[in-house]
Amino acid sequence: MLHTVNKSPFQNMALENCLRFTQSGDVILLMEDGVYGAVSGTAKSPLVESALAKKIKVYALGADLKARALGETIQGVEVTDYSGFVDLVEANRIHSWL
Amino acid sequence: MKLAVCIYEGPYNHEASDSAYNFIKAAVAKGHEIRGIFFYHDGVYNVTKLMDPPQDDRHIANRWSELGATGIDIVVCIAAAKRRGIVDEVLVPNVRISGLGQLTMMAIEADRMVIFGD
Amino acid sequence: MSEESKKKIMFTVRKPPHGTIYVYEGLEVKLIMAAYDADISVVFIDDGVYALKAGQDTRELGIKGFEATYGVLVDYEIQKVYVDRQSMEERGLTEDDLLVIGEDEDTEEPIRPKMVDSSEIAAMMAEQHNILSF
Repeated sequence: MLHTVNKSPFQNMALENCLRFTQSGDVILLMEDGVYGAVSGTAKSPLVESALAKKIKVYALGADLKARALGETIQGVEVTDYSGFVDLVEANRIHSWL
Repeated sequence: MKLAVCIYEGPYNHEASDSAYNFIKAAVAKGHEIRGIFFYHDGVYNVTKLMDPPQDDRHIANRWSELGATGIDIVVCIAAAKRRGIVDEVLVPNVRISGLGQLTMMAIEADRMVIFGD
Repeated sequence: MSEESKKKIMFTVRKPPHGTIYVYEGLEVKLIMAAYDADISVVFIDDGVYALKAGQDTRELGIKGFEATYGVLVDYEIQKVYVDRQSMEERGLTEDDLLVIGEDEDTEEPIRPKMVDSSEIAAMMAEQHNILSF
């Protein structure tokens, strides 16, 4: 399963709630305001770190990171582009945590 | 792979429309078939020709119309459109108004349906 | 078309009702899609469980409610209706707080959405052809 999250974890529970429904082998893509969850050293970094520890692969959309001047992502988070997004959709069933 | 895309939010106000557009361009570039694009909720405002953004900004409606010109089926939900004053006369070319049955067929026939919204 | 060959389509409802139109227009999609050959399920998670709370009265707001429509979901052949247990518990809700979505054809017993755990929902999600969030 691919789970897309597009909300900041500081303002919205989408990422946290999504984690409850992820299984080992699932993939999370952080996009739009969701990329704030991918930043290292924040009060919300433990959310993504716990996902990575559960063997869930976490991606962040590079275009959204750049637009928000976000550089340092949590170790283990892979930065991808729209082409990579398409590949993730091709490889997985998808649920958008709107 | 056959992909369908659903857009729930209005243009400029929300990034959903831009994310969807960038996703579709990348999917087309990789050779995927776009089974259809469906506008629902405030998403129906994406394809009105009355929009007139500043010169130095993207023209969201024209962008969708150009994608429609390549043969991609772009559908605006009639129920959501009527509620919001969107009718045939205000649509850009290469998009059409139709019912939720179209969304259903896309969800059934496409290998993946990707939703962009709030 | 046999039950096995029907495409599985799941709806997830995670937003509360009335503050925005998503739940209302999302219900319109479910009713239309139920008329097609698809194996439909609806799952209420997070604030979405509030959409199922019995006793909603929108008259003073002056907007159209949908409790009556939810009351006949089963008549629309939408029988697979689930609520996430943890979302319910976090909000202090129990099954008795939920509205009735129809009645059993034989026993005339009221049918309420079924409470399930997040792991069951995750397993159901993984089986779907497509999932629409509303």
